[in-house]
Amino acid sequence: MKLLSMHDAIAALVHDGDTVAIEGFTACIGFAAGHEIIRQGRRDLTLCRMTPDLLYDQMVAAGCARKLVFSYLGNPGVGSLHCIRRALEKGIPAPLELEEYSHYGMVGRYTAGAYHLPFFPLRSYVGSDMPAVNPRIRMVESPYGDGPIAVVPPLNPDVAIIHAQRADRSGNTQLWGLLGVQKEAAFAAQHVIVVVEEIVDESVIRADPNRTLIPGLIVDAVVHEPYGAHPSYVQGYYDRDNAFYLRWDEISRDEAATRAWLEEWVYGLPDRAAYVAKMGPDLVERLRPGEAWADRVNYGEYR
Amino acid sequence: MADYTPSEMMIVSAARALAGVRTVFVGVGQPNIACNLARRTVAPDLELIYESGVYGARPARMPLSIGDPTLVSGATSVCSLGDLFGLYLQGGRMDVALLAGAQIDRFGNLNTTVIGEYARPRVRLPGSGGACEIAINARRIFIMMPLSRRAFVERLDFCTSPGHLTGRGERAALGMPGLGPQRVITDKGLFSFDETGEMVLESLHPGVTLAEVQGAVGWAVKVAPDLQETAPPDAEELRILREELDPKGVYRR
Repeated sequence: MKLLSMHDAIAALVHDGDTVAIEGFTACIGFAAGHEIIRQGRRDLTLCRMTPDLLYDQMVAAGCARKLVFSYLGNPGVGSLHCIRRALEKGIPAPLELEEYSHYGMVGRYTAGAYHLPFFPLRSYVGSDMPAVNPRIRMVESPYGDGPIAVVPPLNPDVAIIHAQRADRSGNTQLWGLLGVQKEAAFAAQHVIVVVEEIVDESVIRADPNRTLIPGLIVDAVVHEPYGAHPSYVQGYYDRDNAFYLRWDEISRDEAATRAWLEEWVYGLPDRAAYVAKMGPDLVERLRPGEAWADRVNYGEYR
Repeated sequence: MADYTPSEMMIVSAARALAGVRTVFVGVGQPNIACNLARRTVAPDLELIYESGVYGARPARMPLSIGDPTLVSGATSVCSLGDLFGLYLQGGRMDVALLAGAQIDRFGNLNTTVIGEYARPRVRLPGSGGACEIAINARRIFIMMPLSRRAFVERLDFCTSPGHLTGRGERAALGMPGLGPQRVITDKGLFSFDETGEMVLESLHPGVTLAEVQGAVGWAVKVAPDLQETAPPDAEELRILREELDPKGVYRR
């Protein structure tokens, strides 16, 4: 029951006006899910992500977003996110509201959300202009007499979408490589969609429980979507398509070219499988990494 | 004509500044190359910490982004971002952080947020990322950026990451754990910070005049009484840089 197609998972769990977190720090960014949200024409979303990346640039260009909650608004290693800049600087295709934090502030917001705490204290923001433009960043006095400390409020998305290497059919999800803030975002959310490269048997999960980041307990839908994070990467499965990140810098500078790209690669395709077919076998092959296996660990048998 | 570029002089200077350092927080591009050069020369025990949650990276290729998968494979440890900022940064395990900005003022305060007004920006920049808390918590901050009048400004449009604010002592009074900016490493010369917390030119790179530096800075530059000339890159530094770290010359131009 939990195993759904991307279409059905998004149709069931993402609604107009929702607060949505598609997390993944450089790695495991849920592009397939974001593209399906674009295809289904969702509007007025509050999009949360530490690094909006190309995905939210595309979703903003497609008119899905009303607001961004974020901490780093760039194309990592390349430069600007031009669609988001166009929305902010020129109101194209629509004005965009910003709620801006630092990285640790965003981590703290998800953590407070996941732990059901009223706020998260952190040693940041003092001396910075950031609290002046975001009144939700506050200073409080430590009750233990250690002076003032910055606090940020909890963030509880309506839905979190997490891309990972593998899960079983119940949504018990294993992730390795960069862990980002996915665990906190998932536990903070009302609903969770996990999107994975492989569906594995429950016994695979149980053989290595330390690697299970997200338990099926909090997962509403599991989507099997190979290459669903392209052009970002999945550790051990495929490399980051850096050439596309560079190319997007050119495409996204031009509004018409951006629309044409969305038409060709999102609206014009029914699903991710069609996208992967359109990528072509050469690109898929080029992004395949070599192998670097970890040693097995012995959990021991205790009877 | 020197047989090295101003960028190479800047990278080599940053590497030398890391002598004896144990942990450095680093981004991609020139700072990354500087740290790898330091590890092969003056700081063999140097460990690189990336904002993506990687400690002790041993990249097999030049990473385009701080989240490149080559940073994960073969690293000492990969942790969540909660652990990275909570345990490594706030826990006091970052000796030096290399930062940069679109704008810097004389007290080493940095802007990476907007040019113009926040509500109506002329240029929207990426924002803080982790820089705000890194500037507050890392033990020492080294700033690495090319000198230009557009960047070295009298007044920031926005203070993203605090340096010495409006003078030495202010950080401590606000309870900031880190010591703040200690050096500014540029393509024309090297700066430290004096007892008032203001940037002071300590050294000119070979062939650079004081007038050139002043011309690229938006305030009257303080100059150390014993202004030095930076030692040019030596043959070994240039060999490692050109043959091993950046063979395509992307970051040395």
